[in-house]
Amino acid sequence: MTETTERPDPTDTAARAALTTKPVDVRRSTPARSPLQHVRSGWRRLTSMRTALQLLFLLALGAVPGSILPQHGQQDALVTTFINTHWYGPLFDRLSLFDVFAAPWFAAIYLLLFVSLIGCLMPRIRLHFRAMRTPPPAPPRHFAKLPRSTTWQADTTPAATLDIVGKALRRKGWRVLVRDEGLSAERGYLRETGNLIFHISLVLLLAGVAMGGLFGYKGEIIRTPGVGWANLLGQYDEQSTGRAFRQSELAPFSVTFDSFKAVYLPTGEPKTYDAYVTYTTHPGATPQKYDIRENHPLVIGGSWFTGGTKVYLGGHGYAPHLRITDPQGNVVSDDDDVFLPTETTNYLSEGYVKVTNIADKKQWFAIHGVFTPTKAKGVQGQIISGFPAANDPELLVNALSGDPSAPSVYDVPAGMQQLLGADKSTTAGLRVGDSWKLANGYTVTFTGITQFANFQITDDPGKELALVAAILIVVGLILSLRVRRRRFWVRARLQDGGRTVIEAGGLARTDPEQFAEEFAALVERLRPLTGATGPIVEE
Amino acid sequence: MPHPSLAHASDLLFRITLALYAMAMLAYVAELAFARRGLIRSREAVPAAVAVPEERALVGAGAPVGGGPLPPAPVDRSAGPSSSRRLTFGLLAVGLVGAGWLVHAAEVITRGIGVMRVPWGNMYEFSSAICLVVVGAFVVLNVQRRATNLGVFVMVPVVLYLGLAGTVLYARAEPLQPVLNSYWLVIHVAAAIIATGTLMLSGVVSSVHLGRRRYERLVTAGKAPGFSALTRMLPDARTLDRVEYRIIAFGFPIWTFAVIAGAIWAEAAWGHYWQWDPKETWALISWIVYAAYLHARSTPGLRKWAAHISSLAFATMIFNYYVVNLLIVGKHSYAGVKVASALSALH
Repeated sequence: MTETTERPDPTDTAARAALTTKPVDVRRSTPARSPLQHVRSGWRRLTSMRTALQLLFLLALGAVPGSILPQHGQQDALVTTFINTHWYGPLFDRLSLFDVFAAPWFAAIYLLLFVSLIGCLMPRIRLHFRAMRTPPPAPPRHFAKLPRSTTWQADTTPAATLDIVGKALRRKGWRVLVRDEGLSAERGYLRETGNLIFHISLVLLLAGVAMGGLFGYKGEIIRTPGVGWANLLGQYDEQSTGRAFRQSELAPFSVTFDSFKAVYLPTGEPKTYDAYVTYTTHPGATPQKYDIRENHPLVIGGSWFTGGTKVYLGGHGYAPHLRITDPQGNVVSDDDDVFLPTETTNYLSEGYVKVTNIADKKQWFAIHGVFTPTKAKGVQGQIISGFPAANDPELLVNALSGDPSAPSVYDVPAGMQQLLGADKSTTAGLRVGDSWKLANGYTVTFTGITQFANFQITDDPGKELALVAAILIVVGLILSLRVRRRRFWVRARLQDGGRTVIEAGGLARTDPEQFAEEFAALVERLRPLTGATGPIVEE
Repeated sequence: MPHPSLAHASDLLFRITLALYAMAMLAYVAELAFARRGLIRSREAVPAAVAVPEERALVGAGAPVGGGPLPPAPVDRSAGPSSSRRLTFGLLAVGLVGAGWLVHAAEVITRGIGVMRVPWGNMYEFSSAICLVVVGAFVVLNVQRRATNLGVFVMVPVVLYLGLAGTVLYARAEPLQPVLNSYWLVIHVAAAIIATGTLMLSGVVSSVHLGRRRYERLVTAGKAPGFSALTRMLPDARTLDRVEYRIIAFGFPIWTFAVIAGAIWAEAAWGHYWQWDPKETWALISWIVYAAYLHARSTPGLRKWAAHISSLAFATMIFNYYVVNLLIVGKHSYAGVKVASALSALH
């Protein structure tokens, strides 16, 4: 058996420090005198590990309010309520706490972090390139000071021994250099390579995110079956575009929404939603059919690297079809009218039909409706919905006179007057096919139900770069955490008796336990190759 | 078609698992108790003047132990009835954990077959799967002989965690909502479960590591160790630090992958890969703090803070799991959990 001596773990020794190309942690440099020295010491402090850690913690801390407080763009209504109901609301608003991830102070933290990262990376990349071209260092004078070392005797000559050992190590993937005084071998450069890949990819990821923010766009559009849209910003109900976005970059596709199908479990849990569409990728192209559903968006354009524009199914709801006729029987409105769900469990929905195509503005009015797909009574006797599918649909309507134009399609201004039915009724519960005659002579008929869909259109030209960066992040991380850098030295000298004494030693910066096993296995492998004849226990 | 009988069997297996783990926990407590008694007796046997240096040598303060095996726990040297009783309870605990883990695995598998999908569709199922990973990783540590006397510190949180899952978070076996119906559910959630499980185990190790370090410092200074005496039986702080690092070095890349897989899924399901959903945000916060841990640990001047940082990272994981999942409204909210609606009704 080989005698393997164990020595104190020299974490802080120069030998171990020599294995890292990491910049030294700068705590506090000596007081700088000239402005240049000021800049230099400032830069050193910014790129020190201590600062990087502080910035990391600041970044984590800064993200917290963004997850706890309502945020603009996600919950706008809640933000307004919060500002109005808390005395510190306006203060929070001024600190951008309702828009944390677009806040200047948040950007300052991550930009500083990335500057610190890049400043830290540059010298490391240089050092690593140099290290990869530098041969492994010469064997240390005293092997006994290394964490692992052993000695044995053999009958081969010193030169032949080193030759044999070198070949064996090279075959196993070590980088080997044989000098007069001994053999040096090193491996595990991939650790630092992985480390650098990881950090460079973080910068790439930020670049991908920035590209999406600059050149991308998002749009949202609600459509009822039979209606479609062309991909023009003016068509969208809501949109947001990046700062460097240009309208001419929009893919020239158009989509027609054909029908919507929802399947529910008996418990009311949704099983599938499908929006069936027909689309053309550009004017004059052959129309194609597609089924947009959860996790299955429509993708238009794009190449192996650019994802193109995607159309998602963002939501859906009911659109009761109302026909409104004037006293002479002329149709003034005959549409699928989008009713927004007031809750998305059972889809009790609410909406307005505005009648404003009458010459006399004083005659204008609106129909307000509450639609329940499966009629049920609430605890206070109010109408609720008992199931999300239209199993027992009813439309509860009332009418309001006045100018209903503002503020949006889904709301009417305050101060409109109640308009009664011809029979003095204030409301009417309509089943499909039912009509309600109003006091002004108009008639409302509930002719049918369809379902609308809410489509989301996104184009993010930076996301492929972000994806590549993300994959490299994982690869780099695994390399930098799994690969261990270690060195191995062998020295052989002729003893007085004509035999060769072989010394072997090694060190690893990380995971000394595992290196101990590796070292023992390596020696076990090399000893017979050199024609070993028993161990020597060294003093 | 789902198999309700299998889902029932799974519920039963869950209870058996919990019972076995609870018994294992008690056996570990007993083992620790007898070990302490043994230690006290052995210390009484030797003169006080000799006992203190011996303790110092054992904790290894001042004299580095190197890469070699740990010094045996002090009690192993004290012969007597408490020592053999300790061994009995230790073996019993290991057996109970092993048996519990097998039943636990069967529970997760039958749940999956019972609902005809991956068995991680709601918080009850996540909790169960995460515990399966925690206990599995703990068994691996035991096999590698790195988990000397860690049992009680692992099994107490596991039993609490599973107990919460079986009561408050329990959800009947049901199919998935449409948005969850994707192969990314398998990839993203499986990675998240493995990473959460291993990082939770590292959280346990980093907590006891801090306790052990305090114990070593106090004992070396000749002061009373107080509560930190609980860690008396554990491997020295150096070893715990190494174990902690190994687990995090294993879990952190998986956590990274889970976050990225989640982003890819989000892109496919919601139209954008990152939307600062509260759960995403907290996943990133945990990621950042674990990254800070790795940096601190590899920087000589900052290494002393590493265990504090990984404990903090662990706290962010727990916050993300309970507070963000249940109380903060976001796209990862779990409608299947009654507690969320109950709590929101209270407001």
